[in-house]
Parts: sequence; C-alpha cells; structure tokens
Amino acid sequence: MDLAFTPEDIAFRDEVRAFVKANLPPDIADKVANGKHLVRDDFMRWQQALGRKGWLVYTWPKKHGGPGWTVTQRYIFENVCADMNAPGIIPFGTKMVGPVIYTFGNDEQKARFLPGIRESSVWWCQGYSEPGSGSDLASLRTRAVREGDHYVVNGSKTWNTMGHWADWIFCLVRTDPGAKPQEGISFLLIDMKTPGITVKPIIMADGGHEVNEVFFDNVKVPAENLVGKEGEGWTYAKFLLANERLGIAAVPQSKRGVDALKQIARSETQDGKPLIEDQDFRNKLADLEIQVTALEYTELRALSAMAAGGAPGPEVSFLKIRGSEIQQRISELAVEAVGYYAMPYQPALLWHGANEEPIGPEHAHIAAPRYFNVRKTTIYGGSNEIQRNVISKMVLGL
Amino acid sequence: MDLSYSDEQKQIKEGVERFVREQYAFETRRKIAATDRGWLPENWAKFAELGWLGMSFSEADGGFGGGMVETAILMEAFGTGLVLEPYLPTVVMGGGLLAAGGSAAQKEALLAPMIGGEKQFAVAYAEKQSRYNLADVAVTAKKSGNGYALSGHKGVVYNAASADTIFVTARTSGGQRDEKGVTVFAVDAKAKGITRRDYPTQDALRASEVTFDNVSAGADAVVGQVDNGLALLEGVLDRAIVALCAEAVGCMDALNKQTLEYIKTRKQFGVPIGKFQVLQHRMVDCFTNAQEARSMTLMATLKIDDPDATVRKKAASGAKVQIGKSGKFVGQSAVQMHGGMGVTDELAVSHYFKRLTMIDTLFGSQQHHLTRYGNLSMAA
Repeated sequence: MDLAFTPEDIAFRDEVRAFVKANLPPDIADKVANGKHLVRDDFMRWQQALGRKGWLVYTWPKKHGGPGWTVTQRYIFENVCADMNAPGIIPFGTKMVGPVIYTFGNDEQKARFLPGIRESSVWWCQGYSEPGSGSDLASLRTRAVREGDHYVVNGSKTWNTMGHWADWIFCLVRTDPGAKPQEGISFLLIDMKTPGITVKPIIMADGGHEVNEVFFDNVKVPAENLVGKEGEGWTYAKFLLANERLGIAAVPQSKRGVDALKQIARSETQDGKPLIEDQDFRNKLADLEIQVTALEYTELRALSAMAAGGAPGPEVSFLKIRGSEIQQRISELAVEAVGYYAMPYQPALLWHGANEEPIGPEHAHIAAPRYFNVRKTTIYGGSNEIQRNVISKMVLGL
Repeated sequence: MDLSYSDEQKQIKEGVERFVREQYAFETRRKIAATDRGWLPENWAKFAELGWLGMSFSEADGGFGGGMVETAILMEAFGTGLVLEPYLPTVVMGGGLLAAGGSAAQKEALLAPMIGGEKQFAVAYAEKQSRYNLADVAVTAKKSGNGYALSGHKGVVYNAASADTIFVTARTSGGQRDEKGVTVFAVDAKAKGITRRDYPTQDALRASEVTFDNVSAGADAVVGQVDNGLALLEGVLDRAIVALCAEAVGCMDALNKQTLEYIKTRKQFGVPIGKFQVLQHRMVDCFTNAQEARSMTLMATLKIDDPDATVRKKAASGAKVQIGKSGKFVGQSAVQMHGGMGVTDELAVSHYFKRLTMIDTLFGSQQHHLTRYGNLSMAA
C-alpha cells in the first residue's frame, strides 16, 4: 500500500500538464475559472483537442480506442484537468452511451458510432426521464412500435441535458407494453435531425438553459439503431447508471470548489478581519474539506477495487449521494461567505465578455445562482433517495 | 499509488481476524473484562508469539519492519471484537515513544522486552486542567543531583496498573502551557513516590489517576531531548490516533453487521422492520458513514509518515474528525434500531456504542480536531 506516485506517474502528470497548457484555449479556461456559461463550441474545441490526442475517452479500454490507463493515471488526468480549469467532459457519449455500445452493441454499431464519440465530432444526449416518470424510471411510456425495418417512436423525454446542442440521443423506449415494467424496455439510438423531434427549453431557477423537453411525434428510427436485444434495455440502462454514478462524485471539481471558497473567505471580511479567521466559519470550511477528502479516498478505493476486479458495484451509489451533498454544501457556504452581495441579480455577468460592472465583489454574483442550480445534484442521476433504495436493496439486502 | 494489501499483510489480517473470531466471543470478552487485570496474559503471550508486538517496528529496533498499515490491520480487527488487551498504550504509544525518541540503551532495556511480551507500558500525558492541550503540563521535573525529581498529577492514564514503565510528560522549563520545556521521562511504575487510583473506564478498559511525589528519574530516563518532548509526544499520539481510528472502523463494521442482521429478523406489524424505508435509509447512512471512516483512516494510515509535519497532523486530525462524526452516527443509530434491546447491557451493541463514544474523546474530540485541522489548513 502506497500513495506515492511512481516516476512514470510523475512523468505522466507532467505530460498531461504540458498538453493542457498547450491545448486548452485560454478563453475557455478563463470562463471555467470564473464560473461563466460555456457554449457548445467551447466544449467541442476542448473535447476535440483531447480526441486528437486519444485522451477524450480516457476510461475506455485500448481495444475500443481508449488509452487503457491505470486507475492512477485516470486520477492524475482528472485532477490536472480540473486544476487547470478545463471544462468537464460531457459524459453522455464518453461515459454513458459509448461503454453501452462497445459492451452490448454489434460490430456495425461500434464502427459507426464509436469514432464520433472518441473524436467528439458527434454530440450525444440522454433520453431517460419522462414527464410522468422521474425516479420511477421503469414506468416510462415513450412507445416504440416495430414496423418493418424501423421503429416508430411516440412520446416525450424531459430533463434532457444539452439536447439543444445534440446530434444524437440515446433513448429508453417501451417496445412491449404488455410485459413487466422493466422487461418491455429497449435501448434506441436516434438521430436528432429525424423529422418529428421537437426540443423545448426548460429554464432553471438560476435563469439558465441546460435542460429540455424532447417530443417524439411519429419518429421513424431504423431498426439497426436498436442496441442489443429488444426488451433488454433495462439491463443496459442499469449498466450505464452505475458508470454515471462513479463520475458523478465530481471529486476534482469539489476540491477546486473548496480552494475557491477559501479564497473568497480570505477576501471577505467580518469585524475587520478576514472571514477565514472567524473560528465558526473556519470550522465549517474544515469540515467541508474533510468531507471532500473522505469522498476522494472512497472513490480511490472504488477505483482500486475496479482495477482489481471489473465493473463498479452498486456501492458506488453512495459516491453519488455524498458527492452531490458536498457540491451543495460548497455552494451553500459560498452564499454564506459573500453576505449581502449574494443579493444583486446580474445574469448577464454569467456570460463571457459582459460589459456590465459587477455590483459586489467579482466572486459574489455567482454565489446564489450556483446555489440554486446545484440543488439539482441530489435529484439528477437517480435522486439520493433512490440511491439509498439501491444500496438498501443491492448492498444491504433489505 | 497502490491501495491493495500485500500477501504478507493479507496473512496478518487473516490471522488476527481468526484470533478475534475464535478467542473473543462476546461472552468470553465479558469474562476477560471481569478479571483483575481486565485482560489476559495468555492472549498477550500469543500476541508476542505471533509477532504482533514487534510487527510495526524497524528491524534495527528488533521489530519486523512493518509500519502503520500493519498496525491498522491489527487495530481494526481488535475493534471488531472489542479486544481488551492493552495494545494501544503499550505498543503504539509506549513503544512508539521509544522507537521515535529512545536511546539505544532505552530501546534495549525497554523496547526489546516489550516486543518479547515481557513489558507493559502506559503513557501519562493528560492532566485535570489540560483537556486536549498536550502543552498544558503542570507536572514538574526539577533538577536533583544528576537527575530529576517529578511531582504532580496525571489523569486517565490507560494501562497504568499493568504497566512496568510509565512514560510521563513533565515540565523542565517555561510556563505551564509553553510548548518548549516539556520533557518525556520513562519511570519505573513501582518507583517510590508514585501512587495510583485505579478504575475501570466506561468501555471496560482500565485507567488510573497517577500522582508523582518527588519521584526520582535519572538523566538516562529522559526520552528524546530535554525541553523538546512535545513534538515527540505529538508525533506518537498522531500515530496512536490513526491506530485508534482503525479500531473504530472495526467497531463500526461489527456494529453495522449486527444492526443489519437485527433489522432483517426483528418483526413488527407482521414484517421484518428492515422493510420500512425509514430504517432502510438510516441503515444506508450507517453504511456510508462507516465507508467514509474507512476511507479517512486509510488516508491517514498512508500519510502518517509524510516528511511534512503539517500533512501528518492534518491527516490524523482529519481522520479523527471523521471517526468522531461517523462513530456517533453509527453508534446512536445501532442503539435506536435495536430498540429497547439496544440500551441493555445484555447485547454487544451497547458495548460497541460505549467504546465508540470513548474513542471520540480519547486524544481529542471531533470538535478539538476540527479546530486543529482548520487552523493547519486555513493558515495563510
């Protein structure tokens, strides 16, 4: 047992740093550092740079075009990227549908879809939740009826993240309404340009547009876009969710978040002294930093176990629970730290190059919108209550 | 970076788990706790025979070259069985002081026989007024001839009644709370002028109030350097914290296992109570807390030898905060989910709960270590 990096790991870290320095456009890093909104092109420029290097799908095995990195290398890569203000990699292709396709898809599908994911030439989005089925995902009703060599899809999906930028969507659809809820579901890949698809924005509490409703009105999908077997979609969906829950812990982002919060607490004052010297606030920060450390080492233990024995188990559900709670706590303490200047509402400042002067300190205007926004983290990816149900059933056997 | 045990470490783990399983059934433990000593010499002899007493000391010091990982493996297993033998005060604390600060002569006279199972230690550092401040030392060591005369009172000294040697912090210079001027002495437990009031602790261990009245200690009784004993003690207690955290992880795992079993079998309203979602979610939170405690303990185990003292201190304090928080949640939840049975002496549950509660206090509470961690981490 050893935490130390080997000389090879250190050389790798230096290589990643040099790559990020040379390839991450400064305007993007600046937006990330200051919490500004990113646009589609920002993500694409960075992801395509990673794609050209072969690093975008860094969790994939070599035989599917990934770099085949060790657990330590992944850890180093994620941390260096976060430290250097690289945008988070959009997971829908790289961490969700990609592994489903290379695990359950046929050779034609692999040849057709994996290159676009590896290179980030295709933007994927996720069609899971529906207006009537949130946590009870298996109750979904979007219907796909087989007609000759294609399916006809009718229904709607919601909480679809960044679907307004997407080229393709992977969808859970009901192919057999007569079967038990989990058994009549299939996994379909659908081109977003197909006639009959409408994307309608959902504006969030912070004023931003990240998610959408997607409507399917007699959408014709070639039968060759079915992944795996008809009726087996739930199995693939669970495989995908387990992968999703691992990345969802957002440890490097939370480490950066704590550092940023410390900076804020150094510049804000209370009773003539920096807020960070207030023992009560300092203890809250200390407690938060310890929570992040516990999460980091829990994730490292999970990754280490995976390196030894394959796929992540259901216990990774609790990484999602704690990771999301920690993201919320960081945002909550930021609001507390900035005091009155959490109040002015200046949504224009969330965009790069805004002319407006901030009313309070530069770091203050984003505190409340972020706090409102990250309430989503304990709800998405399977709410934390659902995660507790999963652990209760799958890990504890209750 | 590698977070897996070596084959040797796996063997140690299997060995100590077997010992706990075969020798430490709950009713056996109850009998051991009721003996005069509060622990069994034949168990201690077995620890020596199996090499556990020397496992974490260097080969130069007569040990087997292991480290904190091996200590943590043993302590975790001890935690699962609430083992009563004084491994922490004798090996981790007393042995730790000798390994870190002892002279060659002291190591030969004290450490070697300790590893052989022939000597027991206690470390007397806390005082009635000191709470968790290790520098708050009112016990004095006045120059007397070629040596010193020690006077004053030390509180809640674990294993003092069984100890052959008591390591004691005393003030050789400076004011009562000055960091400089604290010296560690190794004194014979039977030395003239030492009186003890022995008592059991809440968690069935043994401790003593120890009074020193002009106890003479030669210059060769100083462990480490005169006036600079605080850093030595702090470093050893940080290691003891990590060992204690590992014990707590074992306690939490055992407690969670028992609680889970209980809610699967105990029926109310015609169903096992584990079918109720409110209990399921509480059980999941117990599981999560134990996992976080394990993660922080692992982190501290692997960082406790870091060359940077701030990293070591933060690691120990961070883990101790987590143990305090998780131990309280797991302990209180286990009692609650066992219902009335949880508050009885009959079930093991209350005994684990008591140990976890005392673990939070030992070497400084969650609150104390949160402040220590915060001051280290937030300094400009």
